[in-house]
Amino acid sequence: MLSRLAENLYWHGRYLERAEDIARLINVNTTLNLDLPAGLSAGWEPLTRITGHAAAFHALGHQPNERQVVRFLLADETNGGSLRATLQYARENLRSARDLLPREVWEQMNALYLKGEKELGGTLAKRRRQDFLHDLILDCQQIAGMLLGSMSQDYAYDFMLIGRYLERADMTSRILEVRGYDLLPDASEELTPYDSIQWMSVLKSLTAYQMYRRHIRLRVSGNDVLRFLLRNEQFPRSILFCLHAIERLIHELPADNDDALRTVTGLQRRVHEVRLEGLRGQPLRELMDQLQKELAETHGAISRSWFPSP
Amino acid sequence: MDMKNYKSEGFYDELIGDGGRPRAAARAAWKYLKSLDADEISERKSACELAAMVAGITFRVYFEDTSVDRAMPFDLIPRVISLKEWRQTEAGLQQRVRALNLFIDDLYNDQKIIRDGVFPGELLADSANFRDACRGVRPPLGIWAHICGSDLVRDGDGTLYVLEDNLRIPSGVSYMLENRQVMKRVFPELFEDSGIQPVDEYPSQLYDTLASLSPRPAEYPTVVVLTPGMYNSAYFEHAYLAQQMGVELVEGRDLIVDENDEVFMRSISGMEPVDVIYRRVDDAFLDPEVFRADSMLGVPGLMRAWRAGKVAIANAPGAGVADDKVVYAWVPEIIAYYLGEEPLIPNVPTWKCGHPEDLSYVLAHLDELVVKPANESGGYGMLIGPRSTKKERQEFKRLIKADPRNYIAQPTLALSTCPTFVHSGVAPRHIDLRPFILSGQHTHVTTGGLTRVAMKAGSLVVNSSQGGGSKDTWIVDTERS
Repeated sequence: MLSRLAENLYWHGRYLERAEDIARLINVNTTLNLDLPAGLSAGWEPLTRITGHAAAFHALGHQPNERQVVRFLLADETNGGSLRATLQYARENLRSARDLLPREVWEQMNALYLKGEKELGGTLAKRRRQDFLHDLILDCQQIAGMLLGSMSQDYAYDFMLIGRYLERADMTSRILEVRGYDLLPDASEELTPYDSIQWMSVLKSLTAYQMYRRHIRLRVSGNDVLRFLLRNEQFPRSILFCLHAIERLIHELPADNDDALRTVTGLQRRVHEVRLEGLRGQPLRELMDQLQKELAETHGAISRSWFPSP
Repeated sequence: MDMKNYKSEGFYDELIGDGGRPRAAARAAWKYLKSLDADEISERKSACELAAMVAGITFRVYFEDTSVDRAMPFDLIPRVISLKEWRQTEAGLQQRVRALNLFIDDLYNDQKIIRDGVFPGELLADSANFRDACRGVRPPLGIWAHICGSDLVRDGDGTLYVLEDNLRIPSGVSYMLENRQVMKRVFPELFEDSGIQPVDEYPSQLYDTLASLSPRPAEYPTVVVLTPGMYNSAYFEHAYLAQQMGVELVEGRDLIVDENDEVFMRSISGMEPVDVIYRRVDDAFLDPEVFRADSMLGVPGLMRAWRAGKVAIANAPGAGVADDKVVYAWVPEIIAYYLGEEPLIPNVPTWKCGHPEDLSYVLAHLDELVVKPANESGGYGMLIGPRSTKKERQEFKRLIKADPRNYIAQPTLALSTCPTFVHSGVAPRHIDLRPFILSGQHTHVTTGGLTRVAMKAGSLVVNSSQGGGSKDTWIVDTERS
């Protein structure tokens, strides 16, 4: 398999996961804001931080209100990380590698891209937006399902999945970094009665709520959520689950995989060993930041081992 | 659908003959289409547009500084040819390509045809497509143009002519294959017991042709398709053919030529040897060591590898020398010289502006003729006399006089028409046909080919880059159905 295509598929996996994640973030935040009293509104600004575009957003002079943040995240032309751009990249990367996948996957991706171009090209009414994003999540999952159901689990498949899990782990850590810091501030302030609603929304933005409830039957609480999303070994969006998946997939790959394996197992160790009791505020933020750095190193190691040299 | 009033005044119509009656091969299709009501038609139309969009059947159009993906317009009404007629056309195409390959091989080696005074040597001297770097090369099987796309047109009296040969990197075959897929999805009823010949053998024939060129005796040679990349207008086709053949689609940056002149591709398991390259990159960009030094699309050292016989390239570099529009005018002589045969499919009568007497005729009759530059494709840079303005003719006069050898002229053909869905119903539109001829260990001709259609009323320009569309092409065995 060509190194260039391995890279394309890896990025396709990342972008498709990212598209799904952005859609879910927006929808969950919309619902959350409906549930909270005006004074406690979670607002929209955190979404620019989670997606890593806060600086760009502010530099443009935008106001952190719903309309502007959502527009920025969905389709702003200056935002290379917008949902629209993400769908374009997901398609472009797949386009060059389409001959490695079942044809239906390309057709579905292409249809999804066209839908995105159509809906995100203009302004999207709030009502319509919820439906569109909901459908988009389903469309992304449909592609994941097609791959699972009709694609040989060959190298092409491995690279797509590595991309997906790496992106997912990264997104989970970003959500925890921003939301965790906002909800578990440094000082030991009294937790507000709406805390558990907010933690529920953190879970929901990772579709983790239902699985969390089955796993932990107590009232939703900050540190339990943190532990679940970091260390649960069965839930497919927990960071540890993603890291195990990446490790397994890297084992399948040919040639020299030592570097990539080393960084991934190093990450797993850190996630296992870090003390979660009472973790909050700045140290929590730093931990997540560190995880993101190491995920970036994992990407670097994968890139050096299998992608074309720049 | 009301088609009683369909009439193609003054032209040969491919489906409807004298007295408004469908031709034998088209009878079943016409009867069926007539039975559909307007709702049914529009339902099928949307189904097929959707199928084409979803499949990503697009080509890229460049306009000023931007480019966009556009779906190629597809018309639901098929173009139908009887199997009996097609058998003759097929033979004519094989004859033509055989002669052209002998011609190319001769030009790069002994140049007997020039020494025998049949083909003028000075034409070669200023041909833009003659590559010095190819002199003395003997490619496998002596074949240079492994994949040829020849454009056929039918004149008012029903005669089929070859309008031009494309021996460099002809495209369009993927649309032929996709159009059939779409038609089968949208009109399954029509394909039952209809005697329509299948087209889908092409990818395996292409693979066999390419594999037969391998320099390494191996059961499964490594064949790759070399594309300029996804911003190329025909990228869809490159990806499609690679997928259909089950081979890698590579770009220049994926390949490397080592110091032993061997070609490898960069894979996740390291360097893998490559035997045959089906290249869809123009000669000029193929190897920056030999041709354009600024090419980012090519592979440094590829010509070395090819000349050393370490890798086969299809079409061979330099094959384009024979599809120059000026060379075209000599094809009847070329066929006679190498094969001792009369052309089975005639050339369109052609004036060579490089000849003084032809030149003065052309300059005096610009308003009747079609003038084409030798080295442009895609319908760019043409003058269509009867539709031109005085200013355009003046401009062409100047261009031709400045470089007469670069121009040929042909009469304006009364291109045949085919019923086509238009906004107001069904109307005649002009069409041509591009069959593809494969030459390797064996020769294959596509069953029919790609029918291109000028979507604008009266227009003769069928090129997709200029708004042309396409149709499914049916070769129908009337004796069977």
